[in-house]
Amino acid sequence: MSGRSVSSRQKNGFTPVKRQVLLYLFFLAPFVFDLTAGVMGNLGPDPAHYCLHDFGRYAIRFLLLSLAITPLKRFAGVDLMLWRRPLGLLAFTYAALHIFFYVVVIRHVDTHVLWRDVTTRPFLIFGLLTFLILLPLALTSTRKTIKALGRWWRPLHRLVYGAAILASIHYMIAFKTWHVQPFVYAALVCIFLSFRLIRKGRTPRRA
Amino acid sequence: MTVYRYPRPAPSEITPRHLFLSRRKMIASAAMGVVAAGVSPYSALAAEAGQIDGRGWPAPDKPTSLNDITHYNNFYEFGTDKSDPEALSGDFVSRPWRVQVDGLVDHPKVWDIDELIRQFGQQDRLYRMRCVEAWSMVIPWNGFELGALLRAVSPKSEARYVAFTSVVRPEQMPGQRGGAFSLTWPYTEGLRLDEAMHPLTILATGVYGQTMPAQNGAPVRLVVPWKYGFKGIKSITRITLTDRQPPASWNVMAPNEYGFYANVNPAVDHPRWSQASEQIIGQGSLFYTARKPTQLFNGYAEQVSGLYKGMDLNKDF
Ligand code: HEM
Repeated sequence: MSGRSVSSRQKNGFTPVKRQVLLYLFFLAPFVFDLTAGVMGNLGPDPAHYCLHDFGRYAIRFLLLSLAITPLKRFAGVDLMLWRRPLGLLAFTYAALHIFFYVVVIRHVDTHVLWRDVTTRPFLIFGLLTFLILLPLALTSTRKTIKALGRWWRPLHRLVYGAAILASIHYMIAFKTWHVQPFVYAALVCIFLSFRLIRKGRTPRRA
Repeated sequence: MTVYRYPRPAPSEITPRHLFLSRRKMIASAAMGVVAAGVSPYSALAAEAGQIDGRGWPAPDKPTSLNDITHYNNFYEFGTDKSDPEALSGDFVSRPWRVQVDGLVDHPKVWDIDELIRQFGQQDRLYRMRCVEAWSMVIPWNGFELGALLRAVSPKSEARYVAFTSVVRPEQMPGQRGGAFSLTWPYTEGLRLDEAMHPLTILATGVYGQTMPAQNGAPVRLVVPWKYGFKGIKSITRITLTDRQPPASWNVMAPNEYGFYANVNPAVDHPRWSQASEQIIGQGSLFYTARKPTQLFNGYAEQVSGLYKGMDLNKDF
């Protein structure tokens, strides 16, 4: 993959945009599976919470994967840059689905309860803050907005580091007891972010 | 014929077992076709319970299906996911089983589980089950009053509390082999003696007329319908009468989140979620969960509020 040039990509008919769209659709498979299984009654006694949890996990997974792209290129020479945008957008999409299931399906848009949730309950505050970062990042990831933002695009999108940290905390304290997986994810976030601190003069600056 | 006065079944109004059985037989024979089609005779019971309830809730109370009751469980000894207890309890051996009853009693005794059932019998109790996580079920338990067992061992006058202990069997219970590293094993719970003696408090040994499934707390578990589900300690091995408040697992882990009393109370939120309403498991769909307002003491206020006279339920939650 790393060695592929633009021309070979064009030769087999995959323009960058087409490839990104296909990737995006491919990784929506978990969503389609869950929805199908849920409608058919195969997600157990509480399909709504099943989806809430599953989509939350996919959101943080894709967020993590999007953070792995740059270090992979810089330190392993594997260039998956074209995957970065769809991965980020997938994280946003699954986060939005996750929140939809909480707010609409589970809470019935009960504004009184929801207001108390996001003002008094730490794990939900962390979740909301994460989403408040992911939202503008998703909105500014079209070609047009990237161009319009110019040199501001990069610093803005560095906010994703904050989103990853906040999401890890949300995940860590989402349960009644401590679970192991959130700590594994948090460790990965630390590793991926610490790569950013390493300066390597030889690597080209432009992604 | 006596009917389940649901949702406020006074102990005296619970259908005696023989009536219940005859009704079941009657329903079964009258509706062989329905039964053959795979619909439980309990669905007739459901309709009956539903008719009694008329408060305009989105869905009438009706017994949760056996399938849901046995596939959606919090039993951290088997794992933290709701599906873990069913999926991972295959190795659990619940017979033979001994229950030791001791402490501040005149006649301490160890019972074999089947002796226990023979001695104290089996009643049907259709109870609401309200989990602290804000979901609920309606469960037809089979069991006997804890009070009957306690009377049989004659509590001494100093006895004030009842302590319960579950099992430690990491080789049979995967959740005890790490994973949830917050709770300690064995799981323990406790009640005040007057709560334990209340006729609504039962030791359940079955559900839907079947032997208690492993994931629901085989072979014998506590059911206190006006308290959050975590008070209902499962797979009990020991019941000890004491003069001081015994340790209760969740309360010890996070006293600000799980009170010793843990009475169902819509006015006292869990720090991490609202307790004002509850999701009805087994109703609703993927896109719309069924909810209803939570009631003080889970709808059993008439029977139990006297136990807490003069107590500040916001402080002693
Ligand atoms: C307003 C925003 C959000 C709300 C209201 C929210 C709400 C929730 C709720 C209610 C839970 C379940 C907790 C429980 O089991 O008691 C949860 C879990 C979770 N959330 Fe969120 N969340 C939000 C944003 C996010 C975002 C942006 C992400 C990821 C990028 C995320 C990832 C997760 C994960 C991974 C879990 C644990 C799922 C599991 O393994 O069971 N959440 N969230």
